[in-house]
Amino acid sequence: MAEATTAPAKRKLKWVGKRAPRPDGVDKVTGRAKFGADLFMSGQLVGKVLRSTLPHARIKSIDISKALALPGVKAIVTRDDFQDMASEFVPAGEMMINYKDVVRNIMAREKVLYEGHPVAAVAATNAAVARQALKLIKVEYEVLPHVIDVDEAMKPGAPLLHEDMITQGVEPAPTKPSNVAKRVQFAVGDIEAGFKKADVIVEREYHTQPVHQGYIEPHACIASVSEDGQADLWVTTQGHYVVRAHCARLLGWDISKLRVTASEIGGGFGGKTVVYLEPVALALAKKAQRPVKMVMTREEVFRASGPAPGAWVKVKIGATKDGRITAAEATMAYQAGAFQGSPVQMGCMCAFAPYDLENVKTVGFDVVTNRPKVAAYRAPGAPISEYAVECALDELADQLKIDPLDLRLKNAAKEGTRAVYGPKFGPIGMVETLEAAKNHAHYTAKLGPNQGRGVASGFWFNIGGETCASINVNEDGTVSLIIGTPDIGGSRASHAQMTAESLGIDLSKVRTIIADTSMLGYTFLTGGSRATFAGGMAANQAAGDVIKQLCSRAAKIWEIPEDAVAYEDGFVKPAGANAGKFPALSIADIAKKAGKTGGPIVGHAQINAQGAGPSLGTHIVDVEVDKETGRVSVLRYTVIQDAGKAVHPSYVEGQFQGGAVQGIGWALSEEYIYGADGRMQNAGFLDYRMPVASDVPMIDTVIVEVPNPRHPYGVRGIGETPIVPPMAAIANAIGHALGTRLYELPMSPPKVLKAIGQNEAKGQGRGH
Amino acid sequence: MSKHHVTTTINGDPVEYLCEVEQTLLDVLRDDLLMTGSKEGCASGDCGACSVTIDGRLVCSCLVLGVEAEGRRIETIEGMAKGDALHPLQQKFLDHAALQCGVCTPGFLVAAKSLLERNPNPTETEARYWLAGNLCRCTGYDKIIRAVLDAAAEMRRS
Amino acid sequence: MARVVLVGNLKQFTGGIAEFDLEAATVRQLFQRLAERYPALGPHLEEGIAVAIDGAIHQDAWLEPIGAASEVHLLPQIGGG
Ligand code: FES
Ligand code: FES
Repeated sequence: MAEATTAPAKRKLKWVGKRAPRPDGVDKVTGRAKFGADLFMSGQLVGKVLRSTLPHARIKSIDISKALALPGVKAIVTRDDFQDMASEFVPAGEMMINYKDVVRNIMAREKVLYEGHPVAAVAATNAAVARQALKLIKVEYEVLPHVIDVDEAMKPGAPLLHEDMITQGVEPAPTKPSNVAKRVQFAVGDIEAGFKKADVIVEREYHTQPVHQGYIEPHACIASVSEDGQADLWVTTQGHYVVRAHCARLLGWDISKLRVTASEIGGGFGGKTVVYLEPVALALAKKAQRPVKMVMTREEVFRASGPAPGAWVKVKIGATKDGRITAAEATMAYQAGAFQGSPVQMGCMCAFAPYDLENVKTVGFDVVTNRPKVAAYRAPGAPISEYAVECALDELADQLKIDPLDLRLKNAAKEGTRAVYGPKFGPIGMVETLEAAKNHAHYTAKLGPNQGRGVASGFWFNIGGETCASINVNEDGTVSLIIGTPDIGGSRASHAQMTAESLGIDLSKVRTIIADTSMLGYTFLTGGSRATFAGGMAANQAAGDVIKQLCSRAAKIWEIPEDAVAYEDGFVKPAGANAGKFPALSIADIAKKAGKTGGPIVGHAQINAQGAGPSLGTHIVDVEVDKETGRVSVLRYTVIQDAGKAVHPSYVEGQFQGGAVQGIGWALSEEYIYGADGRMQNAGFLDYRMPVASDVPMIDTVIVEVPNPRHPYGVRGIGETPIVPPMAAIANAIGHALGTRLYELPMSPPKVLKAIGQNEAKGQGRGH
Repeated sequence: MSKHHVTTTINGDPVEYLCEVEQTLLDVLRDDLLMTGSKEGCASGDCGACSVTIDGRLVCSCLVLGVEAEGRRIETIEGMAKGDALHPLQQKFLDHAALQCGVCTPGFLVAAKSLLERNPNPTETEARYWLAGNLCRCTGYDKIIRAVLDAAAEMRRS
Repeated sequence: MARVVLVGNLKQFTGGIAEFDLEAATVRQLFQRLAERYPALGPHLEEGIAVAIDGAIHQDAWLEPIGAASEVHLLPQIGGG
């Protein structure tokens, strides 16, 4: 199919790069936009889930008879309503998932594996009846010992979550089961030899806690199944095609029977790439033959939907006196939650990715514990390992008395550098972001007492994937762009901008609509920073298809050969010596005659987008530590990141700022707190403390643009990388403010106070 | 259970409804009156997505009972634009790209309007503290604060 | 002949061999030849593999051409949030 555009740099862009109005904006400032919980269907029931209050127990029996007899209860489902599934790994949003686990996560079978694990679900005429029915369900448990902590879970003799789990990736295979699902290893060069060449070696261990994506909109859906098995699902999700695939699979239905519509989505950050309520709502709706609406409470979101893992990471980095890294090694264990599949593999691949290193080794362990199964959270896996590495690098810079940005510049990956995970990089912006950081006024601004400055860099791959787009040319020459990726933060605007650019028409003539799953071919989810990248690529190809058809229609009208016409800025013109003289035809002119020249004009593209370009970033942060209370205030923050090309700069800045503030929460205040009973003690926004407006300063941004040569507009994808550097940048800033370092997240006041105490005891306090 | 009859005013319109005594005002607005502009992010007063005003006072509607609306004047996000004219705050939120997913936006707008009614010239710090009851996970607050301060400046001018 | 490099855990299925030359014009052919040469590796090529051809990462791209002198890395598939 024709590409509508030539290489990005060669054209003067009219719409791409503009801060254009957003098509869904007015609906969202007036309250009109319909999110997951905002749809009502006539006759709808309310669905509620009975959840385990135990972290680990065998289910001996479930008695639903009393609940079923309660007036107003229309259906109840338990494990008996879902077919067991064989072990089969398939690629999902974040990484491979196993349907055997998914069917157990949506509804417990043999055992409950975490507090919050669904055991049964009820559909009733209203919420009060549904809640009452939950109380009438009798579940008999055999309580089992539980394990919450990843170190404990790895010890011999730890309570086993899955009695058949044999660690993969170990030769020879272990004979006994354990909680370690997998060992992964990446290595290049010879690290022993590399460490021998080092003048200085820094070796440290870091710990992080699980953090929730914290989307403000809880999971919600409404399902309807007719008597002949045709089903509709309205759901807040990052990928409605993925939801359709999972639900059809789990329920044993034909995919064509299920139509899924993505509502407006109130944040996801990776957490809305998996299914929880959806298959349950469909099963209830089928049983009750009435629509069933299910909405999680905030408490359920915390207890039962996936956080990012907690972890420990050991890092060892060696360098020569002049700052050249000779060897780097990291070993890490990530909590997967109740089922295997933590993003530790990505953690291993990203750990040293921003650097050009000869001798590297990373080893990762995927460990199950009695916690909710982890889900993707922005650059899944990367923030944890890169936090550890970027902190260790900072200590190395201190020891070598080299500026931390210079140390990074000295070792920075560039085009042609072999990534630590094998292949060579194309053009990337690591050096550019570091140089922009060095030149930023922030980097040399004066600091006061008890203040410190930190920097850190971050890397994420970005992905492409299956994507469809259709462009309908309407009778008046306006166009409708139909796309399959839910719009989570302005992608309808950027897709419209790229389409207007490719067609050479006014942006106001393009309207972007998110298709339901029956309107357009399979489109992978909004995640991995792919929506603008891959959607833009597909829209551009669909525009190319439209242009071809417009040219052909004009040639037919003029009765000249198709290659004797050219398309320019929304007009078809005769071109070449023998074309003859005809007045140019606009899209509107041709659209008006479309019926007479062969029917409507519809451009289409179905692609598996390849060639996503990594996005690198560098953050600078200033903090002040209150030595009395241990409170850390973020005084100034600057995000510098390579976007390839910022299609809509405001939303690129917004991604940078939002990621940075999520990172501030991860660094300073967010964590899951468990009691000895294996229950989460802070399952609400009051005690799980995400940053509020008064916690943070303005977040300054610098958009670096090193175009991605594989994209028609140079786009890379920018959503993930901003959350990678903040934890290390803040840890490094605190280290400089205190003259002592913390090795555990979150760096909350008690931990900071403890560090200050230890520091003063050692009498080595040092201002900066 | 018998329901309670409530007579109230919402966005200037007289409204009557029946509600259970334990129903929150947010439940009534969303589930019974189908005014879904107010969002439920937590139901515990911690996120501000459900912000409305009662007799001009900013509240979390998830912490107010439906029956408490009796005889009061409720303002919600649905009443903020007048005809096809957006409120300056709404326009500035769009101009500054102060929303990404937009689920927190109604709450922020209602809370910010309430701020500007009390303090037409807030400092950045005052705006940040007033809006500290509203969570936004997408934007990092930067553009929201800029939009509010810019709207305040514009409203002072006119 | 393309230079093929197995990254991460994949070499467990090739008896520890991580680098070798192989004749393949497309990713599909590469997978077929790999499965012939290392039967234990075959099932692991079905899903969850990314292929970097001369540095550019491809996922689920059977038809992608591989040049005669290309460098090909097989790595775990990459997802995202
Ligand atoms: S829903 Fe009322 S404050 Fe969160
Ligand atoms: S814009 Fe998404 S929570 Fe604020």
